[in-house]
Amino acid sequence: MSRFRITATLAVAALALAACSGGQSATSESAGASTGPAESLTVYSGRSEELIAPLFAKFTEETGIELAARYGDSAELAAQLVEEGDASPAAVFFSQDAGALGAVDAAGLLAPLPAGAADAVPPAYRAPNGHWTGVTGRGRVIAYDGEQLTAAEVPTSVFDLTDPAWKDQVGIAPTNASFQSFVTAMRLTAGDTATKAWLEGLVANGVKKYEKNGLILDAVDAGQIKLGLVNHYYWYEKAAEVGAENMRAQVAFTAPADPGTLVNVAGVGILSGAADNPAAQQFVSWLLSPSAQQWFVENTYEYALVPGVAQAEGLPALDSLRGPDVPLAELADLPGTLMMLQDVGLL
Amino acid sequence: MSRPGQASRTLVALSGVTALVAVTPLAYLLIRVLDAGPEKIASSLLRSRTLTTTVTSIELVLVVVAACLIIGVPVAWLLARARLPLKGLWIVLAALPLAMPSYVAAYAWIAEFPAMSGFWAAALILALVSMPYVIIPTTAALRSIDPAMEEVARSLGRKPWSAFWFAAMPQAWPAAAAGSLLVGLYVLSDFGAVALFRVDAFTRVIYTSYRASFDRTSAAVLAVVLVLLAAILIYAERRVRGRTARWRTGSGSARRATEIDLTSRQRVMAVLALTGLAILGLGVPAFSLLRRLSEGTRRPLDLVELATATASSFGVSLLGSLLAVGLALSVGVLAARYRTRSSRALEAVSYSGHALPGVVVGLSLVSLTLVVLPAMYQTVAALALAYAVLFLPKSIGATRTSVAMVPPVLEQTARTLGRGPLRAWLETTFRLSLPGIAAGGLLVLLTAMKELPATLMLRPTGLDTLATELWSRTEIAAYGAAAPYALTLIAVAAIPAWLLTRASDRASRSADGGTEAPARSPLSTVGT
Repeated sequence: MSRFRITATLAVAALALAACSGGQSATSESAGASTGPAESLTVYSGRSEELIAPLFAKFTEETGIELAARYGDSAELAAQLVEEGDASPAAVFFSQDAGALGAVDAAGLLAPLPAGAADAVPPAYRAPNGHWTGVTGRGRVIAYDGEQLTAAEVPTSVFDLTDPAWKDQVGIAPTNASFQSFVTAMRLTAGDTATKAWLEGLVANGVKKYEKNGLILDAVDAGQIKLGLVNHYYWYEKAAEVGAENMRAQVAFTAPADPGTLVNVAGVGILSGAADNPAAQQFVSWLLSPSAQQWFVENTYEYALVPGVAQAEGLPALDSLRGPDVPLAELADLPGTLMMLQDVGLL
Repeated sequence: MSRPGQASRTLVALSGVTALVAVTPLAYLLIRVLDAGPEKIASSLLRSRTLTTTVTSIELVLVVVAACLIIGVPVAWLLARARLPLKGLWIVLAALPLAMPSYVAAYAWIAEFPAMSGFWAAALILALVSMPYVIIPTTAALRSIDPAMEEVARSLGRKPWSAFWFAAMPQAWPAAAAGSLLVGLYVLSDFGAVALFRVDAFTRVIYTSYRASFDRTSAAVLAVVLVLLAAILIYAERRVRGRTARWRTGSGSARRATEIDLTSRQRVMAVLALTGLAILGLGVPAFSLLRRLSEGTRRPLDLVELATATASSFGVSLLGSLLAVGLALSVGVLAARYRTRSSRALEAVSYSGHALPGVVVGLSLVSLTLVVLPAMYQTVAALALAYAVLFLPKSIGATRTSVAMVPPVLEQTARTLGRGPLRAWLETTFRLSLPGIAAGGLLVLLTAMKELPATLMLRPTGLDTLATELWSRTEIAAYGAAAPYALTLIAVAAIPAWLLTRASDRASRSADGGTEAPARSPLSTVGT
């Protein structure tokens, strides 16, 4: 009898406790720490946790604002933001590319950035309507196996990659936002028909799919494939780690105006539901501060977009990269690109 | 409260709630699909991708099932009928891969052989981890068959093999067939291995299309097709299992089959074969994990992070299991005590989770919480609900068998001694069946801790579990950093599973004659 009572009491207590803890964590996720709603920030981050979590920690350390990050591919998070609409718990979208930001903005979900916040960023790297701004710049490059190929043998146009000479030798990362933006740029410069034909040509040519740019570079560096489409900084990151002289993989830029050398940004926008959230505004300004820009230069080998911050050593100047003539704000048709990638079976 | 033989209204109402909760993800998915309109459904269905995905998934199921039968049945024969050294060890080794989530096994192989990818890689790993589904029940069946039939066949002039094949094997086929259908269900629902090896089977295509599309209709349509295929397999499994009849030649008590002496050459071959299987299923993953662990990583292991992930996994899974136990109680009691058509229907509906792969429940609950229950969106509560729906069948099964073992007369006696209906029930049936119910809850807890796809889709922002931490590290090929998480997951899965198996072994030995529940324990205990 008394044993039964103890058991029953325990069971009820456990259930009650469970209910409480469930509710508690639920509210803490959406409203943040006890310091009040103004001091918390939910960021949807298309940039990977491994890369960017230390920077977020630095932000919290310097400002005291708790930051909860939800990581995913930029396109995935953009689609999620559109699905969530006004109900989104996110205050800031930190995208790996301009296209995903453009897509969320096209859905009417981005608020204007605070006046003057992004003035230091050159106009080419932020939205004309002031709804998002680039934080860092990056260029698309072709990574090639320096043991099997000389620089002169590397194709000068991505359109050559469907050539049978490169059968089973090309690596791409179709779920990666930078790749998707590059496809969008190709659609804008070469047209949908030619782009789709090119993608189908890649598939027919046995293109290798990878989850991440870093894995493509590893495969090229290991001699598993001869060519890979990646962003420039992956090479510099790896070279810094293992020593440039130990790199089997090398990088090449395509001919001027070829979509293969698209210059893109990783950037941020504030969701319209958080238009007045001071923490969100502070976060955006902080990302453009010299110290944060310096952090990117030193840790990710991207281009700082704010003048006065020295670029990483060995990088060609940002304005010397000659990509296709496509304004970043026009890369917004991410849904169309995703559909095309699914149609040809790459996604 | 109720006349004898008739369930109380409260019990039926509570069971109705359970059935409603269990069927909600599927129902909402259907609503969402129908809502898209016939044109969109048709265009999603008729895309060539739907066809290739279906073909890939079915091929994968067939290849893995064939491998499990071709290898698993002879292994079961060895374990059941041959006299071998270290028999107990081989039996344990053959069952152990079941404790390893497919994505852990896949990760371990990829870490060792980074070039592994594609259909055959996934088929290999899935066959290795799901082989026990065939080996365990077939071994049990072969052991329990009365040798009398075979002896009759021998006396009529059959050679030993022929006698075995025509007299004994037909009695073991239903077990093997039911096991292979479970393998098929496992393969169809598996997300981890096909995703890591980049095979475009249903679960991966649904997940990709959920993530990389601004319109989730096609993901939902594919999910419905997947559930249909799973339901077909479950139906087939029920039919096959129902046919498990044992032939007997006499009315006396059955004997156990005698073990056969192999020639020394045959014995060596048998031990080599069993060793080879154990190396592939357990040795390679263990070697790979330990090597990764000893090699260290770029960033040193963050013990706080590992502890936090373990605590998060445990916390959410505990919530899910408590919810499952609470929901299962009414249906379990109803099913154990009142076998009517409506109670059967309520029980069947509550088993929905059995046919729902994690990726499907995740997909449905993301939309459901966002659209209908915004307060639950991206909360621990939504994730716990997903676990409860997915693993409710385990909890109902445990509740049902343990309640059925309590004689109803105890409760009736308590009533005659003046207890109210609820109190009488609490003091007799509930109290006696509590250990079994709790074991069911523990089982749900362990299974939920290994769950991957629904966790990826539903977890609150900032919440990392063991499974998601392992996943994100594997995705960026940080194999060394993933190893501690993989080992923790295996420990989580294996140690308590072993304790449970031991406990139920003891129970089956003490309950003379043995009952249905413990006899089925190895499979229902460890299976995902």
